[in-house]
Amino acid sequence: MTSHLLYMTLFAFLVSLVFAVLLKDEPRQQLRFGVLTFAGFMLGALALGWLMYPFPL
Amino acid sequence: MRAEATTRAPSTSVVLVGLAAWLVPGGGHLWMGRRFKGLVFLGALVLMFALGLSLQGRLFPFEFAQPLVGLAAFANLAAGLPYFVAWAAGLGDGQVIAATYEYGNAFLIAAGLLNTLVVLDACDIAAGRK
Repeated sequence: MTSHLLYMTLFAFLVSLVFAVLLKDEPRQQLRFGVLTFAGFMLGALALGWLMYPFPL
Repeated sequence: MRAEATTRAPSTSVVLVGLAAWLVPGGGHLWMGRRFKGLVFLGALVLMFALGLSLQGRLFPFEFAQPLVGLAAFANLAAGLPYFVAWAAGLGDGQVIAATYEYGNAFLIAAGLLNTLVVLDACDIAAGRK
């Protein structure tokens, strides 16, 4: 199975998890930072994807 | 006083913790009793490395004629023990024609680079800076 969205989501989740646990010490802060980072990855990638749509290489 | 502090060699325990943290992702944190962080790093980084291999990613050779390949090799090596296990098992040939090849490389390289940050964090904790 080749799902670009699935691999991107997995990557974003794992990187966000490591960053959140590495950079924050309190569980609530870790959760907040992790969710924000994950959302940033996903929304950023989707926004870039849409921006590139009208300009194919 | 300041000059003495900045030129002082790292203590043995910091070096040992750094080595443990590099070899086993999260191992430095586990050693220092930070069990939750250590287990999360161990699980997430080993999973990322394994996913990279299963997605046909490549363990890059140390070829410095192509600088990016050489840098990617260092990033792979930074993953620690999983790198040596995969290398000994003959994994990580990389299938360039596979649709998931670049995803595999992204997972493998990111696992190594994230482990580098984890090693530095473990060294900071061992040195009493955190």
